[in-house]
Amino acid sequence: MSYRSDTKLWLAQRASAGVLAVCVTVHLVTIVYAVRGGLTAAEIFARTRGSVGWLAFYTVFVLAVAVHAPIGLRPVLTEWLGWRGRSRDVVLFIFATALVWMGMRAVLTVFA
Amino acid sequence: MLRVRVWRGGADGALQAFEVPRYPSQTVLDVVTHIQRKLDPTLAYRYACRVGMCGSCAMTVNGVPRWTCRTHVDKVVQKNQLTIGPLRNLPVIRDLVADMRTFFDKWERAKGHFDGASTKADDFARVPPDSPERKTIDAGVECIGCGVCYAACDVVSWNPDYLGPAALNRAWTLVQDVRDGKTIERLQAVAGDAGCHACHTHTSCTERCPKHISPTAGIAGLKRAVAKATFEGKL
Repeated sequence: MSYRSDTKLWLAQRASAGVLAVCVTVHLVTIVYAVRGGLTAAEIFARTRGSVGWLAFYTVFVLAVAVHAPIGLRPVLTEWLGWRGRSRDVVLFIFATALVWMGMRAVLTVFA
Repeated sequence: MLRVRVWRGGADGALQAFEVPRYPSQTVLDVVTHIQRKLDPTLAYRYACRVGMCGSCAMTVNGVPRWTCRTHVDKVVQKNQLTIGPLRNLPVIRDLVADMRTFFDKWERAKGHFDGASTKADDFARVPPDSPERKTIDAGVECIGCGVCYAACDVVSWNPDYLGPAALNRAWTLVQDVRDGKTIERLQAVAGDAGCHACHTHTSCTERCPKHISPTAGIAGLKRAVAKATFEGKL
Protein backbone atom coordinates (compact mmCIF):
# COMPACT_ATOMS: atom_id res chain seq x y z
CA MET A 1 0.00 0.00 0.00
CA SER A 2 1.18 3.51 -0.74
CA TYR A 3 1.43 6.39 1.69
CA ARG A 4 -1.75 7.78 0.08
CA SER A 5 -3.76 4.62 0.80
CA ASP A 6 -2.30 4.38 4.31
CA THR A 7 -3.24 8.00 4.96
CA LYS A 8 -6.79 7.50 3.69
CA LEU A 9 -7.22 4.41 5.84
CA TRP A 10 -5.96 6.36 8.86
CA LEU A 11 -8.42 9.18 8.13
CA ALA A 12 -11.24 6.65 7.69
CA GLN A 13 -10.42 5.10 11.03
CA ARG A 14 -10.34 8.47 12.77
CA ALA A 15 -13.66 9.48 11.18
CA SER A 16 -15.31 6.14 12.00
CA ALA A 17 -14.05 6.44 15.59
CA GLY A 18 -15.88 9.77 15.85
CA VAL A 19 -19.08 8.19 14.54
CA LEU A 20 -18.68 5.22 16.90
CA ALA A 21 -18.22 7.49 19.91
CA VAL A 22 -21.71 8.92 19.26
CA CYS A 23 -23.27 5.57 18.28
CA VAL A 24 -21.95 3.69 21.33
CA THR A 25 -23.16 6.46 23.65
CA VAL A 26 -26.67 6.47 22.13
CA HIS A 27 -26.71 2.64 22.16
CA LEU A 28 -25.70 2.39 25.85
CA VAL A 29 -28.14 5.11 26.94
CA THR A 30 -30.89 3.30 25.03
CA ILE A 31 -30.04 0.01 26.76
CA VAL A 32 -30.13 1.61 30.21
CA TYR A 33 -33.45 3.31 29.36
CA ALA A 34 -34.98 0.21 27.77
CA VAL A 35 -34.24 -2.27 30.55
CA ARG A 36 -35.98 -0.39 33.32
CA GLY A 37 -38.76 -2.68 34.50
CA GLY A 38 -37.49 -5.69 32.52
CA LEU A 39 -36.72 -6.35 28.90
CA THR A 40 -38.76 -8.41 26.42
CA ALA A 41 -38.41 -9.20 22.73
CA ALA A 42 -41.86 -7.70 22.18
CA GLU A 43 -40.74 -4.43 23.74
CA ILE A 44 -37.66 -4.26 21.50
CA PHE A 45 -39.64 -5.03 18.37
CA ALA A 46 -42.22 -2.44 19.34
CA ARG A 47 -39.49 0.17 19.26
CA THR A 48 -37.61 -0.97 16.17
CA ARG A 49 -40.16 -2.52 13.79
CA GLY A 50 -40.89 -0.08 11.00
CA SER A 51 -38.78 2.63 12.61
CA VAL A 52 -36.76 4.27 9.84
CA GLY A 53 -34.87 6.31 12.48
CA TRP A 54 -33.54 3.22 14.30
CA LEU A 55 -32.85 1.52 10.94
CA ALA A 56 -30.75 4.50 9.84
CA PHE A 57 -28.99 4.76 13.22
CA TYR A 58 -27.97 1.09 13.40
CA THR A 59 -27.03 1.03 9.71
CA VAL A 60 -24.58 3.86 10.35
CA PHE A 61 -23.36 2.02 13.48
CA VAL A 62 -22.73 -1.22 11.55
CA LEU A 63 -20.95 0.57 8.69
CA ALA A 64 -18.73 2.48 11.14
CA VAL A 65 -17.78 -0.80 12.86
CA ALA A 66 -17.05 -2.43 9.49
CA VAL A 67 -14.71 0.44 8.59
CA HIS A 68 -13.09 0.85 12.00
CA ALA A 69 -12.35 -2.71 13.14
CA PRO A 70 -10.49 -4.05 10.07
CA ILE A 71 -8.29 -0.95 9.83
CA GLY A 72 -7.44 -1.34 13.50
CA LEU A 73 -6.58 -5.01 12.97
CA ARG A 74 -4.11 -4.16 10.18
CA PRO A 75 -1.24 -3.01 12.41
CA VAL A 76 -2.08 -5.72 14.95
CA LEU A 77 -1.56 -8.40 12.28
CA THR A 78 1.63 -6.70 11.09
CA GLU A 79 3.16 -6.04 14.49
CA TRP A 80 2.19 -9.30 16.20
CA LEU A 81 2.36 -11.77 13.31
CA GLY A 82 4.57 -9.96 10.79
CA TRP A 83 1.75 -10.31 8.26
CA ARG A 84 1.88 -7.60 5.55
CA GLY A 85 0.95 -7.08 1.95
CA ARG A 86 -1.99 -7.96 -0.23
CA SER A 87 -2.99 -11.23 1.45
CA ARG A 88 -3.47 -9.41 4.77
CA ASP A 89 -5.58 -6.68 3.16
CA VAL A 90 -7.72 -9.20 1.24
CA VAL A 91 -8.48 -11.09 4.46
CA LEU A 92 -9.33 -7.83 6.22
CA PHE A 93 -11.63 -6.83 3.36
CA ILE A 94 -13.42 -10.17 3.72
CA PHE A 95 -13.65 -9.52 7.47
CA ALA A 96 -15.14 -6.06 6.79
CA THR A 97 -17.69 -7.61 4.40
CA ALA A 98 -18.60 -10.22 7.01
CA LEU A 99 -19.15 -7.48 9.60
CA VAL A 100 -21.47 -5.60 7.22
CA TRP A 101 -23.36 -8.79 6.35
CA MET A 102 -23.83 -9.97 9.95
CA GLY A 103 -24.56 -6.50 11.26
CA MET A 104 -27.07 -5.57 8.57
CA ARG A 105 -28.78 -8.96 8.88
CA ALA A 106 -29.42 -8.19 12.57
CA VAL A 107 -30.50 -4.62 11.85
CA LEU A 108 -32.95 -5.67 9.12
CA THR A 109 -34.33 -8.47 11.30
CA VAL A 110 -35.40 -6.08 14.04
CA PHE A 111 -36.70 -3.54 11.48
CA ALA A 112 -38.90 -5.74 9.27
CA MET B 1 31.40 -3.44 45.58
CA LEU B 2 28.82 -3.00 42.86
CA ARG B 3 27.77 -6.12 40.99
CA VAL B 4 27.63 -5.32 37.26
CA ARG B 5 26.54 -7.54 34.40
CA VAL B 6 27.68 -6.34 30.99
CA TRP B 7 26.65 -7.58 27.55
CA ARG B 8 29.59 -9.17 25.73
CA GLY B 9 29.76 -10.18 22.07
CA GLY B 10 27.28 -9.63 19.24
CA ALA B 11 23.60 -10.50 18.92
CA ASP B 12 24.23 -14.02 20.25
CA GLY B 13 26.47 -12.84 23.10
CA ALA B 14 25.86 -13.12 26.82
CA LEU B 15 26.12 -11.14 30.04
CA GLN B 16 29.45 -11.15 31.88
CA ALA B 17 29.66 -10.35 35.59
CA PHE B 18 32.09 -7.84 37.11
CA GLU B 19 32.59 -6.26 40.52
CA VAL B 20 33.27 -2.54 40.52
CA PRO B 21 34.10 -0.33 43.55
CA ARG B 22 31.50 2.32 44.45
CA TYR B 23 32.39 6.01 44.49
CA PRO B 24 30.37 9.12 45.37
CA SER B 25 28.61 10.67 42.34
CA GLN B 26 29.64 7.69 40.23
CA THR B 27 27.99 7.54 36.79
CA VAL B 28 27.19 4.42 34.80
CA LEU B 29 29.80 5.57 32.26
CA ASP B 30 32.36 5.64 35.12
CA VAL B 31 31.44 2.02 35.86
CA VAL B 32 31.89 0.93 32.24
CA THR B 33 35.17 2.87 31.98
CA HIS B 34 36.45 1.23 35.19
CA ILE B 35 35.73 -2.21 33.73
CA GLN B 36 37.50 -1.37 30.46
CA ARG B 37 40.55 0.23 32.11
CA LYS B 38 41.03 -2.01 35.15
CA LEU B 39 39.27 -5.32 34.58
CA ASP B 40 38.96 -6.17 30.89
CA PRO B 41 40.57 -3.94 28.21
CA THR B 42 38.74 -5.82 25.43
CA LEU B 43 35.36 -4.31 26.42
CA ALA B 44 33.98 -2.24 23.52
CA TYR B 45 31.84 0.83 24.28
CA ARG B 46 31.35 4.29 22.83
CA TYR B 47 31.56 7.73 24.41
CA ALA B 48 33.01 11.13 23.64
CA CYS B 49 32.07 14.22 25.65
CA ARG B 50 31.13 12.71 29.08
CA VAL B 51 28.88 15.70 29.79
CA GLY B 52 25.62 15.04 27.93
CA MET B 53 26.38 16.95 24.77
CA CYS B 54 27.34 14.34 22.17
CA GLY B 55 24.80 11.58 22.81
CA SER B 56 27.22 8.77 21.92
CA CYS B 57 27.26 6.93 25.28
CA ALA B 58 23.61 5.80 25.24
CA MET B 59 23.16 2.22 26.47
CA THR B 60 20.49 0.09 28.10
CA VAL B 61 20.83 0.31 31.87
CA ASN B 62 18.64 -2.05 33.91
CA GLY B 63 16.33 -2.36 30.91
CA VAL B 64 16.01 1.38 30.23
CA PRO B 65 17.82 3.34 27.48
CA ARG B 66 19.85 6.16 29.01
CA TRP B 67 22.84 8.41 28.52
CA THR B 68 25.32 6.62 30.76
CA CYS B 69 27.36 9.80 31.34
CA ARG B 70 24.37 11.58 32.86
CA THR B 71 23.03 8.64 34.84
CA HIS B 72 24.20 8.34 38.43
CA VAL B 73 24.55 4.80 39.71
CA ASP B 74 22.57 5.83 42.82
CA LYS B 75 19.53 6.63 40.67
CA VAL B 76 19.32 3.30 38.83
CA VAL B 77 21.01 0.63 40.95
CA GLN B 78 18.72 -2.19 42.07
CA LYS B 79 19.81 -4.49 44.91
CA ASN B 80 23.40 -3.32 44.39
CA GLN B 81 23.27 -4.60 40.80
CA LEU B 82 23.45 -3.02 37.35
CA THR B 83 22.79 -4.72 34.02
CA ILE B 84 24.25 -2.81 31.09
CA GLY B 85 23.62 -3.65 27.43
CA PRO B 86 23.74 -1.98 24.03
CA LEU B 87 20.80 0.12 22.78
CA ARG B 88 17.75 -1.94 21.82
CA ASN B 89 16.28 -2.00 18.26
CA LEU B 90 19.71 -1.67 16.64
CA PRO B 91 22.18 -4.35 15.52
CA VAL B 92 24.96 -5.00 18.04
CA ILE B 93 28.47 -4.52 16.65
CA ARG B 94 30.18 -5.78 19.78
CA ASP B 95 29.60 -5.57 23.53
CA LEU B 96 27.98 -2.18 24.27
CA VAL B 97 28.37 -0.71 20.78
CA ALA B 98 25.21 -0.58 18.68
CA ASP B 99 25.29 -0.04 14.92
CA MET B 100 23.59 3.35 14.42
CA ARG B 101 23.44 3.19 10.61
CA THR B 102 19.77 2.16 10.38
CA PHE B 103 18.88 4.98 12.78
CA PHE B 104 20.57 7.65 10.66
CA ASP B 105 19.45 6.09 7.36
CA LYS B 106 15.89 6.63 8.58
CA TRP B 107 16.60 10.34 9.14
CA GLU B 108 17.50 10.46 5.44
CA ARG B 109 14.36 8.50 4.50
CA ALA B 110 12.29 11.02 6.47
CA LYS B 111 14.02 13.84 4.55
CA GLY B 112 15.50 15.05 7.80
CA HIS B 113 17.67 17.70 6.18
CA PHE B 114 16.96 21.36 5.48
CA ASP B 115 16.21 22.16 1.85
CA GLY B 116 15.94 25.90 1.43
CA ALA B 117 13.47 27.48 -0.97
CA SER B 118 15.37 30.75 -1.48
CA THR B 119 18.62 31.64 -3.23
CA LYS B 120 21.52 33.86 -2.24
CA ALA B 121 19.85 36.65 -4.26
CA ASP B 122 16.85 36.63 -1.91
CA ASP B 123 16.64 38.67 1.26
CA PHE B 124 16.96 37.00 4.67
CA ALA B 125 13.87 35.19 5.89
CA ARG B 126 12.37 36.92 8.90
CA VAL B 127 11.15 34.44 11.50
CA PRO B 128 9.80 36.14 14.63
CA PRO B 129 11.02 34.28 17.74
CA ASP B 130 7.49 34.25 19.16
CA SER B 131 5.80 32.92 16.00
CA PRO B 132 3.97 29.59 16.50
CA GLU B 133 6.21 27.86 13.95
CA ARG B 134 9.41 29.03 15.62
CA LYS B 135 8.11 27.99 19.07
CA THR B 136 7.20 24.55 17.73
CA ILE B 137 10.67 24.18 16.24
CA ASP B 138 12.26 25.25 19.55
CA ALA B 139 10.40 22.44 21.31
CA GLY B 140 11.93 19.77 19.09
CA VAL B 141 15.14 21.07 17.55
CA GLU B 142 17.56 20.28 20.39
CA CYS B 143 17.70 16.57 19.47
CA ILE B 144 21.34 15.36 19.33
CA GLY B 145 20.57 11.99 17.73
CA CYS B 146 21.54 9.77 20.65
CA GLY B 147 19.04 7.03 19.74
CA VAL B 148 17.49 6.72 23.22
CA CYS B 149 13.97 7.36 21.89
CA TYR B 150 14.50 4.85 19.08
CA ALA B 151 15.61 2.19 21.57
CA ALA B 152 12.65 2.99 23.84
CA CYS B 153 10.07 2.66 21.04
CA ASP B 154 8.07 -0.60 21.01
CA VAL B 155 6.66 0.16 17.55
CA VAL B 156 10.21 0.08 16.12
CA SER B 157 10.73 -3.37 17.67
CA TRP B 158 7.45 -4.65 16.18
CA ASN B 159 7.71 -2.89 12.82
CA PRO B 160 11.39 -2.59 11.79
CA ASP B 161 10.48 -0.36 8.81
CA TYR B 162 9.05 2.31 11.12
CA LEU B 163 11.03 5.54 10.83
CA GLY B 164 11.04 6.03 14.59
CA PRO B 165 10.63 9.03 16.90
CA ALA B 166 13.89 10.89 16.21
CA ALA B 167 13.58 10.95 12.41
CA LEU B 168 9.91 11.97 12.62
CA ASN B 169 10.68 14.67 15.19
CA ARG B 170 13.34 16.06 12.87
CA ALA B 171 10.92 16.00 9.93
CA TRP B 172 8.36 17.85 12.07
CA THR B 173 10.78 20.67 12.90
CA LEU B 174 11.52 21.04 9.17
CA VAL B 175 7.83 21.01 8.23
CA GLN B 176 7.49 23.98 10.59
CA ASP B 177 10.45 25.81 9.03
CA VAL B 178 9.06 28.58 6.82
CA ARG B 179 12.36 28.75 4.87
CA ASP B 180 12.19 25.09 3.81
CA GLY B 181 10.82 24.32 0.34
CA LYS B 182 10.24 20.56 0.48
CA THR B 183 7.31 20.26 2.87
CA ILE B 184 5.11 18.18 0.56
CA GLU B 185 7.94 15.79 -0.36
CA ARG B 186 8.73 15.43 3.34
CA LEU B 187 5.09 14.75 4.25
CA GLN B 188 5.01 12.10 1.52
CA ALA B 189 8.14 10.55 3.04
CA VAL B 190 6.74 10.41 6.57
CA ALA B 191 3.12 9.39 5.82
CA GLY B 192 1.94 5.80 5.97
CA ASP B 193 2.44 2.58 7.89
CA ALA B 194 6.22 2.97 8.14
CA GLY B 195 5.89 6.63 9.12
CA CYS B 196 3.88 8.82 11.46
CA HIS B 197 0.70 6.75 11.12
CA ALA B 198 2.39 3.76 12.74
CA CYS B 199 2.83 5.60 16.06
CA HIS B 200 0.55 4.21 18.81
CA THR B 201 1.21 7.17 21.12
CA HIS B 202 2.77 4.98 23.81
CA THR B 203 4.97 8.04 24.60
CA SER B 204 7.98 5.89 25.57
CA CYS B 205 10.15 8.21 23.43
CA THR B 206 8.87 11.27 25.28
CA GLU B 207 9.31 9.52 28.64
CA ARG B 208 12.95 8.59 27.93
CA CYS B 209 14.27 11.55 25.89
CA PRO B 210 17.18 13.00 27.92
CA LYS B 211 16.56 16.39 26.25
CA HIS B 212 12.91 16.39 27.35
CA ILE B 213 11.71 16.61 23.77
CA SER B 214 8.30 15.16 22.95
CA PRO B 215 8.59 13.28 19.65
CA THR B 216 5.04 12.08 20.34
CA ALA B 217 3.78 15.65 19.97
CA GLY B 218 5.78 16.09 16.75
CA ILE B 219 4.41 12.85 15.31
CA ALA B 220 0.86 13.97 16.16
CA GLY B 221 1.66 17.24 14.38
CA LEU B 222 2.83 15.32 11.31
CA LYS B 223 -0.44 13.34 11.30
CA ARG B 224 -2.37 16.63 11.30
CA ALA B 225 -0.15 18.12 8.59
CA VAL B 226 -0.53 15.00 6.41
CA ALA B 227 -4.33 15.07 6.88
CA LYS B 228 -4.47 18.77 5.98
CA ALA B 229 -2.32 18.26 2.87
CA THR B 230 -4.53 15.32 1.85
CA PHE B 231 -7.74 17.38 2.16
CA GLU B 232 -6.10 20.17 0.16
CA GLY B 233 -5.15 17.67 -2.57
CA LYS B 234 -1.43 18.37 -2.18
CA LEU B 235 -0.30 14.90 -1.20
